[in-house]
Amino acid sequence: MKNTLILSTALAGMAFGAAAQEVNVVSWGGAYEMSQVEAYNKPFAEQTGIKVNMIAADNPATPLKAQVEARNITGDVFDVEVSDAIRLCDEGALVEIDPAMLPAAPDGTPAAEDFLDGALLDCAVANIFWGTVIAFDKTKFEGEAPSTAADFFDLEKFPGKRGLPKNPKRTLYLALIADGVPADQIYDKLGSEEGVEQAFAKLDTIKNDVVWWEAGAQPVQLLADGEVTMATGYNGRFFDAMVAEGKPFEIIWEGQYMDLDMFVIPKDSPNPEEAIEYLKFATDTQRLADQAKYIAYGPARKSSAALVGMYQDGKTEMAPHMPTNPEYMTTAVMDDPEFWADHDAELTERFNSWLAGS
Amino acid sequence: MANALDPHAAIATTASGAPDRGSLTAADGKPLARALARSQQRARRRAFLLVLPLLAFILITFVIPIGQMLQRSFYNDGFSANMPQISAWFAENPRGTEPDEAAWAALAADLSASAEERSIGVVGTRINYDVPGTRSLFTSTGRQVRRGIEPPYREALVEIDEDWASPRLWSAMRNAATPLTGNFYLAAVDRTRADDGSIRQVEERQQVYVMLFMRTFWLSLLITALTFVLGFPIAHLLATLPMRKSNLLMILVLLPFWTSLLVRTTSWMVLLQQQGVINDILVWMGAIGSDGRLQMIYNQTGTIIAMTHILLPFMILPLYSVMRTINPSYVRAARSLGATSWTAFRRIYFPQTLPGLGAGALLVFILAVGYYITPALVGGSSGQLISNMIAMHMTDTLNWSMAAALAALLLGSVLILYWLYDRLVGIDNLKLG
Repeated sequence: MKNTLILSTALAGMAFGAAAQEVNVVSWGGAYEMSQVEAYNKPFAEQTGIKVNMIAADNPATPLKAQVEARNITGDVFDVEVSDAIRLCDEGALVEIDPAMLPAAPDGTPAAEDFLDGALLDCAVANIFWGTVIAFDKTKFEGEAPSTAADFFDLEKFPGKRGLPKNPKRTLYLALIADGVPADQIYDKLGSEEGVEQAFAKLDTIKNDVVWWEAGAQPVQLLADGEVTMATGYNGRFFDAMVAEGKPFEIIWEGQYMDLDMFVIPKDSPNPEEAIEYLKFATDTQRLADQAKYIAYGPARKSSAALVGMYQDGKTEMAPHMPTNPEYMTTAVMDDPEFWADHDAELTERFNSWLAGS
Repeated sequence: MANALDPHAAIATTASGAPDRGSLTAADGKPLARALARSQQRARRRAFLLVLPLLAFILITFVIPIGQMLQRSFYNDGFSANMPQISAWFAENPRGTEPDEAAWAALAADLSASAEERSIGVVGTRINYDVPGTRSLFTSTGRQVRRGIEPPYREALVEIDEDWASPRLWSAMRNAATPLTGNFYLAAVDRTRADDGSIRQVEERQQVYVMLFMRTFWLSLLITALTFVLGFPIAHLLATLPMRKSNLLMILVLLPFWTSLLVRTTSWMVLLQQQGVINDILVWMGAIGSDGRLQMIYNQTGTIIAMTHILLPFMILPLYSVMRTINPSYVRAARSLGATSWTAFRRIYFPQTLPGLGAGALLVFILAVGYYITPALVGGSSGQLISNMIAMHMTDTLNWSMAAALAALLLGSVLILYWLYDRLVGIDNLKLG
């Protein structure tokens, strides 16, 4: 009797111990969160018994910053943009991550070499590449369909309103690309007064026909409503509308703006060990490849590319929808977090002033 | 407190006015005035204890957090706390002193220590507010200095990046060396500090806040006026109809009031957009051509329409509650004495609705000044208000000091308007229900 009691208490204690293991992951919500739940969280919970609590935010960097300011960290792993990862790392808010502890590729290549350029930082590990691309409604253009960034600014040939994000980061570069500036010279241009003038002058040509959006779901909605005929937006969202909902959209890959989403762990997080476990698990080769089954964002590891197959519907080949497709990479503009850390405030003020003026 | 009609006050005055006679005493023989004062004090203490929980709640959840937030608008120790040596050098040497080798050595030591502690990003961010483009100067120099740096420090730092010799940078560092700063307020009114410390306007292409403040107040006034024009007849109708019918109408006023703000805003998007319901109907009726569809949303018009609709109940409800108490016989009396219906309305009815109008106008105006979700969604570029800039600094640029300065200015100007209102109309003339 006594033994049974001890045994059951011990068992209960173990069970309790296992149940108490959890990790809080703050991500972006929507289809993107769903892809992470399917590809990372479910197998992670199955294999380790650690419960994953998914928390949605418009931009996880905002609650992270607030929690750091308030010195009350409740999240363990945050999914943030590169610029925020670098900024928060420089401000000493994040745990440094040694690439040596990340799992190697199946063929034995160490993680440090397996990840694509820019995907490993002092305090962050990338999971996906995503692009901001132009999409248009095929049914609105009967003759020739638009095919370049310059066509986006050509209101005569391709009439109709345009949807653009209300920030300088993802508009100024597009104006320069459309004006014929090569993708690798964008930041040199934007760093100079003439370059900024040139970008605003190009934007001026369509200013009266732009519908400005703020949330990622808006450009898809604007296109679907027929409120605009062309819009820039996140490629995964357009993919979702095209493939899952059968909308007659088409994507122009020229001049896509590429960004990374990265996992970071704040200092003093409530479950630091589970956070590291989750990070290691979620960024291994198979998991990153699995995520592409649910959303059209490119895995951050080279070794994952070969494992990317079909969309979850079993008939859509994912490769042509991936922003990391080599063909689309030639004209892609990579996000430059250092440039934006320096100039975001200045250009945002200027952009707002330009917007508000008539 | 003392009031001619208050019997206690009268007794107390008499009692304290004639202490010598000592005629007025309480049952236990103590002077009445003292007994009265004590019992009043007890009542006051009890009343205070009753409101104490609410007071504590408001202090903890409202006053303290808002105070802390507003403090950021003039207090930012991002530079001074992490760069102590160079800050001390600035304190010892007045403005205009050329940085000597001691200053450069202090700077190098601070950069190294700050990079080691990973606080260099905070330092760079602080200076970047004043001199755009310098954040990476701090972070990249910090990385290099951490690996080791040899004197002379001036040459060593300038070799890493020649921007270190820029007078503008040194001026900005001097300004940031004390945590107290007025620079965020200057920036919030489109002003900046020149290298010599004098205040000047920022370049025209950077100016945005003053214009947005003006637009915010102008649009709020316009929306207040519109809610009055639309709400007054409805409130009158509600107040004069028989109870059963007016209750039914009241539900129609309250239903949108209870509906989520986002739902109402998005339904306006459905109605007003170019491919939306209203444009479709106009095209179908032949009033406009298919390519001449009206642009009613994603601009100022959209903001005005959606906000007027959303704020309408805040005007109708106070007006209604005041109108219900107006005795209809006054107007009837005026009419029987020969006043036209217009005169009776203007001289008899309307003045009696003023307390409700005052309350409604104040409510709508103050709510409108701080609105941001609706303009963000339907305002396009010309319908943005100052609150959208505050939200942007809170969530996008993460410049909370700037957000706090803008918010403090907004709060300050609303308080000034409130004070003006009190002087002109009188806050006692306000009736909420």
